[in-house]
Amino acid sequence: MDATMPAMPSVPPTPSTAAGPDLAAVPPRLYRVAEGRRVAGVAAGLADHLGLSRRWIRLAFIALSLGTGMGIVLYGAFWIVLPAPAHEPPRSKRSAFVFVVAIIAALAVLAFNIRTLPLGWWFVPSLLACFGGALLWRQASETERERWRRLSRGSLGANTFDRAGILRIVAGITLVLAGGVFILARAGFAAVGIGLVAMLVTGAGLALITGPWWLRLVRELTEERRERIRVEERAELAAHLHDSVLQTLALIQRSAGSPREVSRLARSQERELRSRLYGTGIPNGLFAAALHAAAAEVEDSYAITIDVVVVGDRSLDVRLDAVVAAAREAMVNAAKHAKVQTVSLYAEVSDTEVTVFVRDRGVGFDPESIDEDRQGVRGSIIGRLARQRGTAAIKSAPDEGTEITLRMELP
Amino acid sequence: MTSPEDAASRDPIPAELPAPGTAPGTAPGTAPAAKPRVVLVDDHAMFRAGVRAEIGESVDIVGEAASVAEAISTIVHVRPDVVLLDVHLPDGGGPAVVAAVLPVLHSVRFLALSVSDAAEDVISVIRSGARGYVTKTISGADLTDAITRVAEGDVVFSPRLAGFVLDAFRDGDVGPVPSVDPELDQLTPREQEVLRLLARGYSYREIGGELFISIKTVETHASNVLRKLQMSSRHQLTRWAADRRLV
Repeated sequence: MDATMPAMPSVPPTPSTAAGPDLAAVPPRLYRVAEGRRVAGVAAGLADHLGLSRRWIRLAFIALSLGTGMGIVLYGAFWIVLPAPAHEPPRSKRSAFVFVVAIIAALAVLAFNIRTLPLGWWFVPSLLACFGGALLWRQASETERERWRRLSRGSLGANTFDRAGILRIVAGITLVLAGGVFILARAGFAAVGIGLVAMLVTGAGLALITGPWWLRLVRELTEERRERIRVEERAELAAHLHDSVLQTLALIQRSAGSPREVSRLARSQERELRSRLYGTGIPNGLFAAALHAAAAEVEDSYAITIDVVVVGDRSLDVRLDAVVAAAREAMVNAAKHAKVQTVSLYAEVSDTEVTVFVRDRGVGFDPESIDEDRQGVRGSIIGRLARQRGTAAIKSAPDEGTEITLRMELP
Repeated sequence: MTSPEDAASRDPIPAELPAPGTAPGTAPGTAPAAKPRVVLVDDHAMFRAGVRAEIGESVDIVGEAASVAEAISTIVHVRPDVVLLDVHLPDGGGPAVVAAVLPVLHSVRFLALSVSDAAEDVISVIRSGARGYVTKTISGADLTDAITRVAEGDVVFSPRLAGFVLDAFRDGDVGPVPSVDPELDQLTPREQEVLRLLARGYSYREIGGELFISIKTVETHASNVLRKLQMSSRHQLTRWAADRRLV
């Protein structure tokens, strides 16, 4: 019988579709069936679901309807709560005729039985209310229904009202009032008391019957939300992988002939992933992030690796900007002249001062021999710091590497 | 160093069990400075192959493992000198391996190797008992050097680890939790100096030269720092470890 049950292809097979309010709480879902239906496909759906003949189910409905009208009520209830068939084919003229006739007949039977219905005088108004709700429900799209389900859950616990929620509540109140007026007009004030009691009893019964369903609905919605978050995260990650990692891999393949370029690309991708995973190097107005960013820039420009270790942190200001700029210049110098692949940067921020060490194990030089016109060291490092009352020291000797120390006392 | 170690490296070496830490008995003509026997633990076969290719000449790789359970049984079986341990493993993590092996085999030394930049990863594996931490971007020569030093009982601080430790023990950053042992919760000025130089990328020899102390003294300072790192109840360290549910 599973094979005869239409799936719902318009919606992904997440638990959200499972929020369909089936009354038979079994895994194979109960749907209204589009093909071969007479009125709304309720009987056909039930028959398929129970594995019985459609004819028998229909006869049962008719029999129930003839006796008391209960069959019609039941049918209406099923119509309201069962999920719609997957694709509703346009009705043929004949089936449309059957549909109209059936509706008219049902209304006629109800009207005829109004006096003799066992629950007659309160039953009709509630039936009206049911049909009002059903009408709204039928008009709504699947997403809107989904939102209503969520809202009706929300309006029980929280005050999430949007337009659909307000509309729903207004419609409900109107129907309740209409039912009340109807009762008053037909039965008089004396019956109201009994009517209210009857309604309360019915309400309690409905709550008992549909309680598990509501519970399941809530659970499924939670599950669905979790699933959606997961899917979103996965999509975001996939997008990120595509934008950066795949692009980099493509670039690497294209520049496979140039080891320098390959290592530059790989390094820059590594840095990006790291900043994503560990949150380093994201500009945040702090000293450590600025140093990381400067090091990244130098790495990109000169295809070297800079090991950055920063202890402590503090907000950037003019003076720390100068330190960062000087450190950047020191890294550039090491990258350009030291003939090494790796440069170490260590920075420490204490309460009283900021120190930065840029060290390489490269060829080194004799600090005494820096020409006066070497802008890099004199201007960009020493001069820049001196203007902000900082100091820079250079320790180097041929073949022993170079270490530039930047120091800035803090007020 | 011409001995045919390649053949021996594949042997499970069952006869080795009574004498852990000694040179492989299968190669009687080995040079006096025996190569350290190493087990590689990493869940990426590619990475293990890369490490093997890079350092297989200078150390004796006697086993590999890709998961916590595999690592524990391999280590207990072959009793290596050094375990090169990835911090992240599918069924637990580096700390789980250290915690399971150390009570049984005190002689095995762990060197953590990771791509992670996260302080809690580094600190947690050190606190569980590893003797050092290096990043996977380390060069083959440096890695061999680090393994040899760990095998000799030394500790290995990469600049990054030194930075983390300095950060964790920073002055004026003592948490609200009163310290159980104040001595453990503070670094001496000398230890701080050593760590700073380590963070700046100095080798032990260079540190000795810089501070006018012997390499041995530098090593002592470093292992004292490691001990403090492992034993300290310092608020920040405890929090890092607690994040990883280690304490």
